[in-house]
Amino acid sequence: MKLDDFTSIFPKLPGAMPIWHGTVNAQDLYSLCEQVKQAGGKLVSLWGSDETEKGGHYALHVSLLSIDGMLVLTLTVDQTKPAFPDLSVLFPAANRMQRSVTDMLGLHPTEAGDQRKWLRHSTWPDNVHPLRKSFDMNTRFTPEEDNYSFVTVTGKGVHEIAVGPVHAGTIEPGHFRFSVVGERVLKLEERLGYKHKGIEKRFEYMTLQQGAKLAGRISGDTTVGYAWAYAQAVESATLTTPPPRALWLRALFLELERLLNHIGDLGYLGNDAALAFGFIQFWILKEDLLRMNGDLFGHRYLMDRIVPGGVTHNLDNSGLLRISEMLNHIKHETGILKDIYDEHAGVQDRFLTTGFVAPDLAAQLGLTGLAGRASGQAWDARAQFPCIPYDQLDVQMATHRNGDVAARVTMRFEEIFESVRLIRLMLEQLPAGELSAELGNANEGVLGIGWVEGWRGEIMVALHVGENNRIHRLHPHDPSWQNWPVLEHAIMDNIVPDFPLINKSFNLSYSGVDL
Amino acid sequence: MLQIIKQILLTGNKTEAPPQPNDAMRNGVQQINAQILNHVGRALAIRHVDAGSCNGCELEIHCLNNAYYNIEGLGINFVASPRHADMLLVTGPVSRHMEIALKRTYDATPDPKLVVAIGDCGCDGGIFGESYASCGKVANVIPVDVTVPGCPPTPTEILQGILTAVSSNK
Ligand code: SF4
Repeated sequence: MKLDDFTSIFPKLPGAMPIWHGTVNAQDLYSLCEQVKQAGGKLVSLWGSDETEKGGHYALHVSLLSIDGMLVLTLTVDQTKPAFPDLSVLFPAANRMQRSVTDMLGLHPTEAGDQRKWLRHSTWPDNVHPLRKSFDMNTRFTPEEDNYSFVTVTGKGVHEIAVGPVHAGTIEPGHFRFSVVGERVLKLEERLGYKHKGIEKRFEYMTLQQGAKLAGRISGDTTVGYAWAYAQAVESATLTTPPPRALWLRALFLELERLLNHIGDLGYLGNDAALAFGFIQFWILKEDLLRMNGDLFGHRYLMDRIVPGGVTHNLDNSGLLRISEMLNHIKHETGILKDIYDEHAGVQDRFLTTGFVAPDLAAQLGLTGLAGRASGQAWDARAQFPCIPYDQLDVQMATHRNGDVAARVTMRFEEIFESVRLIRLMLEQLPAGELSAELGNANEGVLGIGWVEGWRGEIMVALHVGENNRIHRLHPHDPSWQNWPVLEHAIMDNIVPDFPLINKSFNLSYSGVDL
Repeated sequence: MLQIIKQILLTGNKTEAPPQPNDAMRNGVQQINAQILNHVGRALAIRHVDAGSCNGCELEIHCLNNAYYNIEGLGINFVASPRHADMLLVTGPVSRHMEIALKRTYDATPDPKLVVAIGDCGCDGGIFGESYASCGKVANVIPVDVTVPGCPPTPTEILQGILTAVSSNK
C-alpha cells in the first residue's frame, strides 16, 4: 500500500482535525510505518484493545504523523497467537509503548530485542493483563519481587548512582540509575511506572460524559490539553460540533496553560542555574496569572472548564479587560527577565551546550513538542494543522537547532510572546454565541480521536466507543512517551550536577505516561 | 546586576499574612509533642512525597514557595530527606507501585512525626479510587493526622492544613 494514497483510501474521521483511520494487515502496517518514516513523519502513539467479546480478537492501533495529517492504523491481532510486528526498529519511541501493550493486554511484538516489562512492577503477576475485558478492576494480588533487569555498565572506575522513586524535591516519583565515572555520566537508565494507578482501566467503567473529569486529571499540568483532546474525541464520535465561541475560549484556555507552564519552568530553570532571583520573579508572575484564572473562571488551573460539547464558563467585558491587562504585565515583565537571563554570564554558562540533543538524533528518536522544536523538529499542530480558531490566527512556530538547555529556554521565551500575541487576537475576535452544543449519541464500535498541541507537545486521546455511550477503551497519549528516552541521551557526557537543570529543561510528565 | 536590583526594588514585598489554623481539618490522633512544638516558629522541616498524584497538587505545593506565600519566611522548610523531616506532606491516591516507597519514607522519618494528606485523592482516593493499581487514600497506607481536601487545594488551604497539624494539642 502506498502512503501517498492514504487520504483517498481510508475514511477521514469526522471532527476538527485531519485524521484518517484504516484497518490493515501486518505487512501493510509495517510498510506504511516505514513509508511515513522515510517521508519525514513520525510515530505519535501505539496502543492495544481487547475486542474478544464482540469480535473474537485483539487489536493494535498505531497513530502516525505525516505532513498530510494523522494516520491511525488498526491491526487485527489473533486471540490464540497475540503478536504484532515490532515497530521499535523503525521508531525507537515505540519500545516502551510496546512493552506497555504487552503488560496491559498480553500482545507481543515479534522478535523485539527488548521485551522487559515496563508499566508492570510487582503489583500483578506477568500472566495477568489488566486491560483485558475478563480482568476485574478490583482484583488484588500479593506483591512479588520486582526483579527488573537494568542495563549495567562495567569498566574501570564506573559506579552507579541510584535515585528515586522518592526524589529530593517536590516532583513526581520515578527511578533514575546513573552509571558514572567521577562526575561524568556514561549512561542514564530510567524506570518509570511508579504512578500507575489504573487510569485506562477506570475509563472503561465510565460513560462518555463521566470520562471528561478523569481526562482532565491524567497530567495535572496539562489539564486543559487533555480535556480539549478528550472533548474532540467525544465530539468526533458523536458527530457534535461545538459552537464557535466555545472553540475560541478553549484555545484561550490552552494558551493560558502554555503561559503558566512556560513561566513556571523559566523560574525553575533560573533557580537550577543558581539565580534564585529568576525563580522569585517568574513565580510572582505565575501566581498573578493563577489568581486571574481563579477569579475569572473559578479554577486556578482551569480544570473541568472544557467539557464535551463546549465550555462551562463565559467571559464578559470586564474579564476581557482583566486578561488584556495581564498580557501587558506578562509581556513587560518577561521582556525584562529575558534581558537579564540573556546577559547573565553565570546563567548562560550553565545553559549553553548543556544537555545537547543534535537535530539528527532528535529526528531519529522522535523528540517532539517544545523540546523537539529546540532541536530542529518543526512540528506544531497549531501552525500546521490549525483547527478553529488557530486557522484564523497565523500561528508562528518557534524553532531552534542548538538543542541545548539554552535553546529550550529560548523556545519558552518565544512561545510566551507568541501566546501573548495569540490571546490578544482571541480577545479582539472572540465570536458571540452559545457556550455548548448538545451531544449526539455515539454508535458502538466508533473510534474518535482528539489531538491538541499542548504546552509540552502533541496530546492525543483515542476513544473507542462501547454500548450505550459508554467507553469501551480509552488511550491518552502524552508527548513525554517520546521525550523520556531522549533525556537519557541528553545527559550523556554531562556531569551529574547538571542533571536537574537538563531534566527541568525538558520537564516531562510522569503521571501522563504511567497512567 | 543593576537591572536585577532595579527589578527587585520595583517588585517590592509581595508576602501576605498567613491563614489561621482550621479545626475542621483535624483528623485522628495527632502524634505531635512538645519537642516539635518548640521547633515551630523556628523551623518546621517538611518532606513532600508524591505517592501517585496527577501532579496537580504538586503545582500548588510549588506555589507555597512563591513570594506571596513565602513559606520559608514562616519558618517552614521543604527538605530533601525524610530523615530531616518533622512532617510528611503526601499527595495522590497511593499507587500500589508507590506503597512500599511511601511506607519506607514514613519509617525513615524520625518520631514524632506528622502526616498531612493533600488533595481529594489523598483524603479519599479521589477520582482514581481503589483498584488493582491504587490503594486509594493515604490513610490506607500510613497514619494520617490532617487531611486537606480540594482538587487541587489552593496554597492557602495547604498552608492551613500544615498549620493545623503543627498547632494541634496547643
Ligand atoms: S486531588 Fe486533584 S489535583 Fe490533586 S492529585 Fe488528585 S486529581 Fe490531581
